[in-house]
Amino acid sequence: MADILLSEAEKTFILHGVRDNVRNDGRSCSEFRPIELELGLVENANGSARVRLANTDVLVAVKCEIDNPSSNFPDEGKLDFFVDCSANATPQFEGKGGEQLAVELAALMSRAYQTRESFNLSTLSIIKGMKCWKLCIDVLILECGGSLIDAISMGTKAALADTKIPKVSVIGSDEGSLELELADEADGREEPLDWHHAPCLVTLNKLEDSLLVDASAEEEACCAAALIVGVSPNKKITTTSIPGHGSFLADSKVFTRALNLAVDVGVKLNTALEAAIKKHQTLKPPPRGFLD
Amino acid sequence: MEVTDVNIRLACDRICLPAVSENEVQKLFTPGEDIPTCAGFMRGHGTYTEGEDLKASVAGVKEQVNKLISIKPLKSRYNGEIGDVVVGRVVEVQQKRWKIDTNARLESVLLLSSVNLPGGELRRRSSEDEKMMRKYLQEGDLISAEVMNVYQDGALSLHTRSLKYGKLSQGVLVKVFPSLIMRRKNHFHSLPNGAAVILGNNGFVWICPASGLEHQEDSGSAGGFIQDLEKEVPKADREVIARLKNCILALANSKMMLYDTSIIYAFEESMKFTITELLLPDVMVDVANLTQHRLHLDIAD
Repeated sequence: MADILLSEAEKTFILHGVRDNVRNDGRSCSEFRPIELELGLVENANGSARVRLANTDVLVAVKCEIDNPSSNFPDEGKLDFFVDCSANATPQFEGKGGEQLAVELAALMSRAYQTRESFNLSTLSIIKGMKCWKLCIDVLILECGGSLIDAISMGTKAALADTKIPKVSVIGSDEGSLELELADEADGREEPLDWHHAPCLVTLNKLEDSLLVDASAEEEACCAAALIVGVSPNKKITTTSIPGHGSFLADSKVFTRALNLAVDVGVKLNTALEAAIKKHQTLKPPPRGFLD
Repeated sequence: MEVTDVNIRLACDRICLPAVSENEVQKLFTPGEDIPTCAGFMRGHGTYTEGEDLKASVAGVKEQVNKLISIKPLKSRYNGEIGDVVVGRVVEVQQKRWKIDTNARLESVLLLSSVNLPGGELRRRSSEDEKMMRKYLQEGDLISAEVMNVYQDGALSLHTRSLKYGKLSQGVLVKVFPSLIMRRKNHFHSLPNGAAVILGNNGFVWICPASGLEHQEDSGSAGGFIQDLEKEVPKADREVIARLKNCILALANSKMMLYDTSIIYAFEESMKFTITELLLPDVMVDVANLTQHRLHLDIAD
């Protein structure tokens, strides 16, 4: 994202290292940096999660609203993504600087969740054709240090796991308009969502013939092309995107290799994320927060 | 390609990094806090007067020299002094000088007359030399230099007039706080494990294979500007460099002073972990504690 200046010698060093499978910090080409996850930080939201990946910091919150379903899909709810690149992350995001990136990221996330297999929107329907739940998923980028979309997708999946929608019942209908009653939180009747098939997006950066998982900012500055793949836990690809000005088609084998690697990495990422979420939900620790 | 397992930790397992301090904890002043003073005091850096009280304007520790009271900030940009060794990156090529980023408040200046020309002759710089400036140093290049002069506004003027300074070749740059670099006689260290380290006073630490530094001194006739980009660094050297980088970041995370002994000890203590394990926060604290322990044993002897 940010432009980092590197000397030719540094770029050569990085390139040779990637060929030898020893990156600048000792990782292999398919290793992630340590990731930290926390659920339930935002009390006002129905569900929230914070993901820290090296120095990338992302906060995702899910809020529910009652809305009218679209006429094309009367028995489905809605998912609405909004990404906010705060000026906290880098000075380039000040004012309208981060808007273009934010719109791209939101569009990418919408595409990743668009298939019914990754997230079944019909579970969000209240009354067919008249009322449904709309989940507003808001992503706040606190710090930007490479692998942004990976962190956002992990945060979204974790926030959906943390989300509880209040149970709703219909009480009476008055001349065509319905009255709905939301169960009180004190009644404890809240339903969790089915988040297990949600996808995780994996970014692969291409440096000559090698593919890098979770590239640091210096490595991203050397790479011309990247491939973003959304992978669900059952090894299916939900979306792909190729940002950057380089090409993957120069050698057709690289593209197939990249897709296969992305699926392998995505499945491992999904497994680790599920395990961490389950651990958090069983332990139910007090919130650690942002200070210290 | 083999895919390793991903490690995701929970925030509740996060370790609060305690500062590995050598002495007792000194009193820290926060901005706006009153400083106890004596009569007839003189106000130094990092303080301001409000009415009759002396207050701190930065967060830091109090330094008192006779009647001069000042606050030394915990985290600040690099303040250069004459004779400091710095590692900097070229950001701009101007008419007769280069602008270098050294993590200071202003960009430092490297004048064309302060570098050794290839060929090594001592002559007046002509307009031909000005046009060839970009051939010597481009935007993005890293150099090691010494502070020659500090201008009125605080900007530094650098020079590379010795054979050991010049353009840096293949290696890794690590950025830490400037206050963590101890002032020593020698900032160029050739470590016993096959890597060389340049500890810039400005917080930029350069790690390269040992052959890189030797090569620089040999190419004295070329003025330190020729780089050998074809030469590949062997895998063993690369692993040493990666381990050193992680050790330095581990020491910096626990706010320990960086000098050749502490880095060598940290490297030796880190051998019981794999290089990638050194990226985990609990392992970083572990390595810092072990190094601190060893340094204490040294002092006790």
